[in-house]
Amino acid sequence: MGLWAFIARRIVLAMFVLVVVSIATFLLAHAVPGDPITAIMSERQANNEEVRAALEKRWGLDQPLPVQYLYYVNNLRQGDWGESISRRTPVAQELRDRVPATLELAGFAMMFAIVVGVPLGIVSALNHDRWPDHVARFVTLIGTSIPVFWLGLVLLYVFFYRLEWLPGPGRLDVGMKAPPTITGIVTFDALLHRDWEVLFAALKRLVLPAIVLGSFAMGIIARMLRSSLLASLGDDYVRTARAKGLGERSVVTGHALRNALIPTVTVLGLTTAGLLAGAVLTETIFSWPGLGSFAVSAAIKLDYPALLGVTLIVAVIYVLINLLVDIMYGLLDPRIRSS
Amino acid sequence: MTFSTGQIAVDRPRTRFGAADAALELPGVIVPGRKARSPLGDAVHTMRRKPLAMVGLGILFGWLSLGILAPVLPIQDPNFQDLSQKLLGPSAAHPLGTDDLGRDMISRVIWGARVSVPAGILVIALTGVVGCLVGAIAGYTGGIVDNAIMRTADAILSFPSIILAMAITAARGGPGLSNALLAVAIVLWPEYARLMRGQVLAIRANEYVTAAESIGAGRGRILFRHILPSTDAPVIVKATLDVGAAIVLTAGLSFIGLGAVPPDPEWGAMIKQGADKGLQYWWYAAAPGLAIMSVVMGLNFFGDGLRDALDPRRRGR
Repeated sequence: MGLWAFIARRIVLAMFVLVVVSIATFLLAHAVPGDPITAIMSERQANNEEVRAALEKRWGLDQPLPVQYLYYVNNLRQGDWGESISRRTPVAQELRDRVPATLELAGFAMMFAIVVGVPLGIVSALNHDRWPDHVARFVTLIGTSIPVFWLGLVLLYVFFYRLEWLPGPGRLDVGMKAPPTITGIVTFDALLHRDWEVLFAALKRLVLPAIVLGSFAMGIIARMLRSSLLASLGDDYVRTARAKGLGERSVVTGHALRNALIPTVTVLGLTTAGLLAGAVLTETIFSWPGLGSFAVSAAIKLDYPALLGVTLIVAVIYVLINLLVDIMYGLLDPRIRSS
Repeated sequence: MTFSTGQIAVDRPRTRFGAADAALELPGVIVPGRKARSPLGDAVHTMRRKPLAMVGLGILFGWLSLGILAPVLPIQDPNFQDLSQKLLGPSAAHPLGTDDLGRDMISRVIWGARVSVPAGILVIALTGVVGCLVGAIAGYTGGIVDNAIMRTADAILSFPSIILAMAITAARGGPGLSNALLAVAIVLWPEYARLMRGQVLAIRANEYVTAAESIGAGRGRILFRHILPSTDAPVIVKATLDVGAAIVLTAGLSFIGLGAVPPDPEWGAMIKQGADKGLQYWWYAAAPGLAIMSVVMGLNFFGDGLRDALDPRRRGR
């Protein structure tokens, strides 16, 4: 299969997943106990046959389920994602405000995961079964075993409450105004406005949540890189490279690491998507105004329109990331395209 | 890797999906030299020489026995309140301190082991069995059944687990440990289905399956008598590691208020209550957090050891 056919196939598959998810959210909304008309009308009005029939006709509730689904998709397409029950605001507006906050947090978390995870993995593999390996493995094991929400509390206790080195929960200092929105990503907006004070404050507040959110991905990356680097260090082409007299450095970076990075890149993509899940807990602890904390408050208040909106937008982001990873993987490793 | 004749039966390399290597596994071939161990006995033997795996097993058994013995241990009732003793730091009377209702933390953490650990094991056992069965049926039947099952699995897998679990818990009417566990099961089964389907597809291509088909064995018989017994290791390893994941996911749901409800001594819910009280009462969230971490680390140690023991290529590394 050629590269373009491979990409086209992946895109069709991604669209299919989105359709399935939208059907699932639609059915979930339907399965929710309660009658939409009694929810907005007084009981007397809702019991009036004529009123009920008029409203059902207006909202298409008298139509069969598949037709109602088409209405739903059409509304989504036009940006009508419903109204949050607990906040009385349009869900689409809330999501627009919150997606950048989550992307900012996830971006910094990924940066932490790569900057720490990749060197750890390399050190581990090059010092196989010696003390640097044991230390690195222990760190990665902690990273993958510790519950995110508990790590958040521990770091807050040490660095905010005890040592007072870093600020506590929140995206900006109290009383500090965010720069005028361009992207919605505070650090980026501050940079564009050359507002160094806000930039510095925002960066400081990102340190802890980014470490907390990135710790799991860091552990996974280091472990994956360690085992794939160990495997490729034992391969024939590495022996060949050594035999023809290349220096150790060039053998590792030029030959072994290159091949070891392929599986790591896939894992990297998948963990990026996983960061969205981790964001739910991290944002709750650090009062981060992103998608995760929005989802939590929606789920607790049984605010279904808001929850379904989050579910859908997260599905879209997730599918897009997976699509990018698949395509990248296909570019890196031609064997994948044919499977 | 080199083999002496006596070791072939023991250390035979397996293909990735555990399909029997025809040349080395002809039935009736007796390998002289050493008493052959069963694959399971072999794995146990390898495990014994892995100290980290044994530590992991020890931690797991430690928590399980603490949980089982909780009613007879000389500790306070986990729900006994003494408001004159509330929010006390660790002391001789209360080594892990007390919570905001004056309940003894050590007792609540131990009683919490009765909730979190068995719940994690049970939910993975059920999810694993159901997921494997569904995956095996998909792989063996093929066609439209296979497509329907696997595309559903893909859709669930292409979604962050905790958000899906939150939506499921909310759709089932709100918080509760059983709702949270059901959500965990719904989120995790597709991985088992996918793993099992891959194995079944690989095994189905073997001659002995064709042979069974040609002598007229029924589909169910072939699936249960010929294919399933040949599947192996990856599922067990995955299940071990997933018990930890299930414990963390359930605790996470409790932490955001969608899992266990008070006064159940569940670890995630205890961490939440501690976090709500404030950082100055650090011991409140510290004890249940350490408990979760130690169980998950134990399971990871054990799971890693198990993977190495069951995969001959990784032995001795």
